[in-house]
Amino acid sequence: MYTQGRYPIIKKSAIAKGVFDFTILCPEIAAAAQAGQFAQVAADGFFLRRPISICDIDKNKGTIRLVFEVRGKGTDKISQISCGDLIDIIAPLGNGFKKIEGGKAICIGGGIGTPPMVGIAKEYGENATAISGFRNSSIAILQDDFKAMGAKTILCTDDGSAGIHGFVTDALKNVLANENADIIYACGPMGMLKAIVDIAEENGIECQVSLEQRMGCGVGACLVCACRTVKDGKEIYSHVCKDGPVFDSKEVVFGE
Amino acid sequence: MSNLKVSVAGVEFKNPIIPASGAFGYGREYEQFYPLSILGGISVKGTTLHRREGNPPPRVAETPSGMLNSVGLQNGGAEKFLNYELPNLATKDTRIIANIAGATVEECAQLAGMMNGTAVDMVELNISCPNVKHGGAAFGTNPVTAAEITAAVRKATDKPLMVKLSPNVTDITEIAKAVEAAGADAVSLINTLLGMRIDIKTGRPILKNNVGGLSGPAVFPIAVRMVWQVYNAVNIPIVGMGGIATAEDVIEMMMAGAKAVQIGAALFSDPFALVKIIEGLNEYCDANGIKNLADITGTVKPW
Ligand SMILES: Cc1cc2nc3c(=O)[nH]c(=O)nc-3n(C[C@H](O)[C@H](O)[C@H](O)COP(=O)(O)OP(=O)(O)OC[C@H]3O[C@@H](n4cnc5c(N)ncnc54)[C@H](O)[C@@H]3O)c2cc1C
Ligand SMILES: Cc1cc2nc3c(=O)[nH]c(=O)nc-3n(C[C@H](O)[C@H](O)[C@H](O)COP(=O)(O)O)c2cc1C
Ligand code: FES
Repeated sequence: MYTQGRYPIIKKSAIAKGVFDFTILCPEIAAAAQAGQFAQVAADGFFLRRPISICDIDKNKGTIRLVFEVRGKGTDKISQISCGDLIDIIAPLGNGFKKIEGGKAICIGGGIGTPPMVGIAKEYGENATAISGFRNSSIAILQDDFKAMGAKTILCTDDGSAGIHGFVTDALKNVLANENADIIYACGPMGMLKAIVDIAEENGIECQVSLEQRMGCGVGACLVCACRTVKDGKEIYSHVCKDGPVFDSKEVVFGE
Repeated sequence: MSNLKVSVAGVEFKNPIIPASGAFGYGREYEQFYPLSILGGISVKGTTLHRREGNPPPRVAETPSGMLNSVGLQNGGAEKFLNYELPNLATKDTRIIANIAGATVEECAQLAGMMNGTAVDMVELNISCPNVKHGGAAFGTNPVTAAEITAAVRKATDKPLMVKLSPNVTDITEIAKAVEAAGADAVSLINTLLGMRIDIKTGRPILKNNVGGLSGPAVFPIAVRMVWQVYNAVNIPIVGMGGIATAEDVIEMMMAGAKAVQIGAALFSDPFALVKIIEGLNEYCDANGIKNLADITGTVKPW
């Protein structure tokens, strides 16, 4: 069931330069939402809605969190909505991450691909390892959220200005050298996802990735959000909004 | 409450509001928001004889008050439509318009023939898709080929036949007259206008197909103009579309000459657009003492 409505933003903060964290009071959406699903957010004055992952869900309080970076004019407009004002969203959309009960998970976010990792890591708590990669320390977000839920938290930066100097893939290899995991979740640039999927396959670990594509309807009707996938041995275009955004890594066709 | 019923080529619609082909799939998604029975009808996603994967992504680019798409008729093919989608749609208490497209005259005729004896209420022949290399718009931009394909499909189908026209022509009335003469029972217009957007940071077109079809409020005045021109040129009914987003837009399109309308891109901004439009039409009729909405078709008083 999809819900569209205008809901109040009850908390708003800038958690890094150009990165905003909205807490939205929307009990019916929070009740239905799963980690990994997304919202289609209206940007006043723009024709298409902007897809933003649901970062975290608090079913008791009836809230969801959206954490997004200003990337262009639409996200800039959304970032100007004040705390207490209403935000127009359609949610929860798409398929969330699959949870392995009693399992151990590694949740890997690259840059602004990190927010959807919060919700799924929280479901594993101490059994989650959150690996996050950023260009530098000034945009290293959400590390306290991972720590607060008890997850092992590994921060990587491209320039070494915080955490480990290196890529999330290096950190992943290190983690896997010392311990096992039942599933890997990843969201970020395609190149990063491909490298993670290769490592997961070498280690025989199940892997789910969250993909991005430009969207129209966000619900599966217009077919603009195509992504290359394999089904029954045949390559077909699936749709990120309805078949995803979370896909089993074995279904996804990477590369040109 | 006033009467919103309209009739197009002998098919009665409970109201003139029909989601446009390609924007609404087969209704399964938007049914999660409201029951399909409130709609006059549904024009389903363009169906081809065989399954088509469509064009590579990105397939959408935002524009001022609209969007470009380059889906390229991705669909599961005629068999899937008939065996999987149609039986479901047939239970929804709304009119079903089968939108069909093909690469050749024979293919279109065969497809149209497959709809005979099914729950389909009307066939909409798309001779105007700008996103496929063969067929599509190639038929729709020349009156001779438009007439040829219309005649062949007319012969193959026992359903009312509506031909969907392209705006990417110098004179749309020529094509409308040609398909009327060839046996079309109605025309629908407009399909999308060919457009392009470039990412100036990379110097690359945003659409992987380089070009795509423009729709949404940006095209509305062009659509109204074309509907009005065609209304003055042919005697068959017109289903108007292109940029409709509000009940006022529907009234305007009907005054220009449309008997019914289709609505596409507006759904992406507001999934409840169709519900609000139907409510708005009732309010408009009540406020203006209109008993039968159908009476306003073509009532524009040109200077
Ligand atoms: C399922 C999904 C989840 C996402 N989750 C997040 C998130 O949690 N946090 C976050 O910061 N960003 C997220 N994004 C990316 C976000 O949607 C884009 O950054 C945003 O749409 C850019 O809009 P804009 O107006 O600022 O940019 P513009 O470039 O001005 O946008 C122009 C058009 O392109 C589209 N577009 C541009 N970049 C992207 C992109 N990367 N993905 C999809 N559409 C794009 C816009 O939606 C708009 O229609 C997600 C994308 C998807 C598909
Ligand atoms: C994403 C998308 C897909 C479309 N697919 C089809 C199609 O398969 N067949 C067709 O005849 N028209 C198709 N169209 C065109 C619409 O039916 C309609 O003619 C056009 O979008 C103008 O109406 P609008 O401005 O209300 O969207 C498509 C339009 C969009 C936006
Ligand atoms: S955005 Fe319309 S199908 Fe995915």
